[in-house]
Amino acid sequence: MTDRWSRIALRLWVALVLLFLFIPMAIIFLYAFNSSKIEAWPIEGLTLTWIKMTINDAEVVSALRLSVEVALTTTALALVLGSCAAFAIRRTAFFGRDAVNFLFVLPLALPGIITGVALHSFFGYGGILLSIWTIIVGHTTFCIVVVYNNVLARLRRTQGSLLEAAMDLGASGFQTFRDITLPLISTSIIAGAMLAFALSFDEIIVTTFTAGAQNTLPIWIFAQIRNGQRLPEVNVVVSFVILVTIIPVLIAARLTGGSGTSRVPAAR
Amino acid sequence: MTVEAVGRPRPKPGGAVANPSIFWRIPWLRTAILLAPPLTWFVAIYLASLALLLVTAFWTIDPFTTRVVQSWSLDNFQQIVNEPTYLRIIGRTVLMAALVTMTDALIAFPFAYYMARVASRRVQTALFAAVLLPLWASYLARLYAWILILNHSGVLNWSLQSVGLPAANVAYSDVAVWIVFSYIWLPFMIIPAYAALERIPDSLLEAAADLGARRWRTVRDVVLPLALPGVAAGSIFTFSLTLGDYITPVLIGGGTSFIGNVVYSSIGIANNVPFAAALAMVPIAIMALYLIGAKRLGAFEAL
Repeated sequence: MTDRWSRIALRLWVALVLLFLFIPMAIIFLYAFNSSKIEAWPIEGLTLTWIKMTINDAEVVSALRLSVEVALTTTALALVLGSCAAFAIRRTAFFGRDAVNFLFVLPLALPGIITGVALHSFFGYGGILLSIWTIIVGHTTFCIVVVYNNVLARLRRTQGSLLEAAMDLGASGFQTFRDITLPLISTSIIAGAMLAFALSFDEIIVTTFTAGAQNTLPIWIFAQIRNGQRLPEVNVVVSFVILVTIIPVLIAARLTGGSGTSRVPAAR
Repeated sequence: MTVEAVGRPRPKPGGAVANPSIFWRIPWLRTAILLAPPLTWFVAIYLASLALLLVTAFWTIDPFTTRVVQSWSLDNFQQIVNEPTYLRIIGRTVLMAALVTMTDALIAFPFAYYMARVASRRVQTALFAAVLLPLWASYLARLYAWILILNHSGVLNWSLQSVGLPAANVAYSDVAVWIVFSYIWLPFMIIPAYAALERIPDSLLEAAADLGARRWRTVRDVVLPLALPGVAAGSIFTFSLTLGDYITPVLIGGGTSFIGNVVYSSIGIANNVPFAAALAMVPIAIMALYLIGAKRLGAFEAL
């Protein structure tokens, strides 16, 4: 199909795109150890000073704590709601199923600023003060779809005959769920949870509109970059955030064989 | 669903289970119970918010107290349509979204083609993982990396100078915004393009070759049309995400406004939620049109 020269050209293109994708991320890690205070290339030398300083920065630590609290609570809520939705959609064909499916995907397909502004005016109108809970509500709304997509994809690949066999052998509905369904879908649920955590931990657009005076880690980073302050610390925090967002994805990819990790929704 | 329940009775479980689950006998009850919590969440919070956003767009604020005045008026929309500034901002944002989408499609297509049609199974898996990492890796981190690269004493200028070229002042300009958006959304384009290319049956390509089509002819007349729905699916994300983003223009832009910036400052600085709501209707309307177009191209089947 493809001759030698186009093969070589394609390989070259792939290599260039890979460099384009990964060099910027690698550079951040180097800057985290940069011994100079000035953000210039090439870096002067290596040091752990900024890492120590960042770990002892009370502002960073409290922002990190808030981000983790938000991400954990969001993940728990998204797990329950997303799994329910996937089971409901999978089980029965019903009127409006496509509409419901579309509704769950909508928060990811519309620009985040719309979800943010909509929730902001919703809370304002309802007289609800912005707090950690309003951040969690915002995050859950767009994280549900991640769990939903993962569990649904797995359910669609699970053979109904297994469940029917269990039922035929006299297992009750609960027994079938516990002994057959749950083991089959458990890794997809865990993968969904990992991805929901990563998505929530890094989110900034919706958070800006649903957070009150609190700083999550992304909001802290945004403020520092914008004001050009404490950039050596920003290098460290940003490196850390890359790790926190990448590790769950690697685990999720392991658990699902890569299939359930696409952020682009609704893989068939 | 009723047809299924009546027309195809399920085998009754053995006598040992005298009372089969009620959910088994009434399938819709189970669906309803499972669907209630997530659907309630979406309707009571998300749809209610969007509906309120629409209504708020027709309210105004009292210029003296900055309190929201809940009376029906078209002032906000008139302001957007009548002031050339806003039209220019909308035009610039749409142009940027289109430019970013085209850039990503051009970069992604050969990459996805190699992944799907040329690479061995092992390389394919490795490349898929290599796209997944930047897809999920922190947005802010990847944006910040480009600030480090493009700034005056960054990697770009250092590299240019070391080969004897003059320094480029790319940072804090619309060009920087274009580069960063294209970089950040690229994986969103690669994955659906790859999925579409992978689904093309080999037999079609063989048929084209048997009928005497040269390689480029096959790519143009067989591969491209079949990959188009995938690229259209990816473009929904590159386009929509660019349309509403304000972080990148604020942090690495040259001070020019995009829709996202103006919405952001209308709330953050001016505290004029009704005007922000009216302006937020613009990307919603553009995305609605875009989704209709993408559906025509078969993007939804490719998702």
